Amino acid sequence: MVGTYAIFWREMVILRRRLIRVMASYAISPLLFLIAFGWGMGRSLQVEGMDYLTFMIPGLIALSSMSQTFSIAMDINISRFYWMTFEEFQTAPISSSSIVLGEVLSGMVRGMLASFIIFILAAAFGIRLNVNWALLLSVIFNTFMFASAAVITSMIVKSHADQASFNGFFIVPMSFLCGTFFPLSRFPEWAYLIAQVFPLTHASSCIRAAALGMDIPLISFLVMIIYSILFFLGAITCVKKASL
Amino acid sequence: MTPIVKPLIKTEALTKTYGSIIAVDNLDLEITEGEIFGFLGPNGAGKTTTCRILTTLTKPSSGHAFVSGFNVVEEPVKAKSGIGVVPQYLNVDGELSAYENLKLHGMLHGMEWGKMKMHIEKMLEFVQLSDRASSLVKTFSEGMKKRLMVARALLHEPKVLFLDEPTVGLDPQTRRNIWGIIRRINQERATIFLTTHYIEEAEVLCHRVGIIDYGRLIALDIPEQLLKRTGRFVVEMLDDDRSKARFFKNREDAGRFVASLDRDAIIRKSNLEDVFIKLTGRKVID
Ligand SMILES: Nc1ncnc2c1ncn2[C@@H]1O[C@H](COP(=O)(O)OP(=O)(O)OP(=O)(O)O)[C@@H](O)[C@H]1O
Ligand SMILES: [Mg+2]
Repeated sequence: MVGTYAIFWREMVILRRRLIRVMASYAISPLLFLIAFGWGMGRSLQVEGMDYLTFMIPGLIALSSMSQTFSIAMDINISRFYWMTFEEFQTAPISSSSIVLGEVLSGMVRGMLASFIIFILAAAFGIRLNVNWALLLSVIFNTFMFASAAVITSMIVKSHADQASFNGFFIVPMSFLCGTFFPLSRFPEWAYLIAQVFPLTHASSCIRAAALGMDIPLISFLVMIIYSILFFLGAITCVKKASL
Repeated sequence: MTPIVKPLIKTEALTKTYGSIIAVDNLDLEITEGEIFGFLGPNGAGKTTTCRILTTLTKPSSGHAFVSGFNVVEEPVKAKSGIGVVPQYLNVDGELSAYENLKLHGMLHGMEWGKMKMHIEKMLEFVQLSDRASSLVKTFSEGMKKRLMVARALLHEPKVLFLDEPTVGLDPQTRRNIWGIIRRINQERATIFLTTHYIEEAEVLCHRVGIIDYGRLIALDIPEQLLKRTGRFVVEMLDDDRSKARFFKNREDAGRFVASLDRDAIIRKSNLEDVFIKLTGRKVID
């Protein structure tokens, strides 16, 4: 797995160089959500027997860790079609799976960092979350799953513009419709069923349960594991096939 | 008796099509260990496509390709171990420093740390970038990036090197430096697959030259033989405002021909460009 380490090392070198900027950019949109829904709507709003902010913050963790993890898709895309630096990995004597794992770990670090920042922001807003293994595992699977999905899309799309429209069609809608900002129980039956297909739905229900100190829904956790395996294997196949 | 050496690079009826375009057409090649092989051809002839197939970046449509005895489609990781690649376009990592670019490469190729460190310094020296080792590569000029790419390709001491127009965009001084480096590593037993438009580059460097046009190999031999077959001497004359050339085996025949002409003409020795024009009817750079 020398390839995995090399790819991960590169990401860390760049991340270290930009750490402050990256952390600030990861904080911006969660902060705006917290201001809008926390202060703006007031603490009085109750959802599922808790105040809205407490309900929303775990959703924000799911959302933010997904989107920051998924952002590696754009970087891989640019390195394939613009800088051509991805070829440096492709011409090295390393397996496709070690390339995928290197990229996935890089994406996971971004997602973990994004989650950590929301933790700090939440504390600043006076919300204390439970930190436990279930929460850590849920975030790990959420980031693993979406990092693998990111590798798949970056191998399939043929340009920068396609990558942007993929984000617009899948990632953005998922951000709002997967139980991140409001409970799915408010959906009509059919919409509720559709939402079950999206991986983020399961991630947000696991993360919320864990962060609020409740038992995590095992089915959702299982679904995350299944998606993780499928996406990871899919990513390996896509990297193997990727050529022009 | 010459020892039997097995080919380090081999293609069998290698073909690549893009829709109706045949980029590489039934290519059969055998490149033996220790050889500098030059692939000469005009724009769009299929040189880069061949390089990309051999380095596993592009899948062939049909036929086979082997590097170090391994099929590039079936055993890509083995075929890639021990190769070095300088692509035609710049692809160094702008977000990393020159040193980090080389370190990343060494890591990708599983180099041991102590050896890597030594080689990185040696290679930076080689391409005269030691003083810029810690600058981010996005601040480099094109020629500097190209030099870094050469250093990177050589870092892990590859047995087979694929150089796709390695000296394009370099000043004459640097180009000669790179030629020197290529010769030196070839003397250390590296086999080199080099594509070029520069006739001079093929003439001074290559043991054998293949000429490719429209994806087809139209000639393959040592430069000496290619020149001999075309004719060692050229008579150039102006015909209806167009320069025309005729080829002769020796200077005497050429001289007699000029004497029989009613206009000015010059006699000179032929070069690979003449071979190329005679075979394709076109200049290398159209
Ligand atoms: N990705 C691609 N999609 C479609 N056609 C392609 C692609 N890559 C190459 N071709 C076509 O294949 C042919 C051979 O191209 P190639 O890049 O191998 O030429 P080349 O000999 O390297 O030319 P140059 O000297 O300009 O670098 C060209 O007609 C080109 O248009
Ligand atoms: Mg080319």
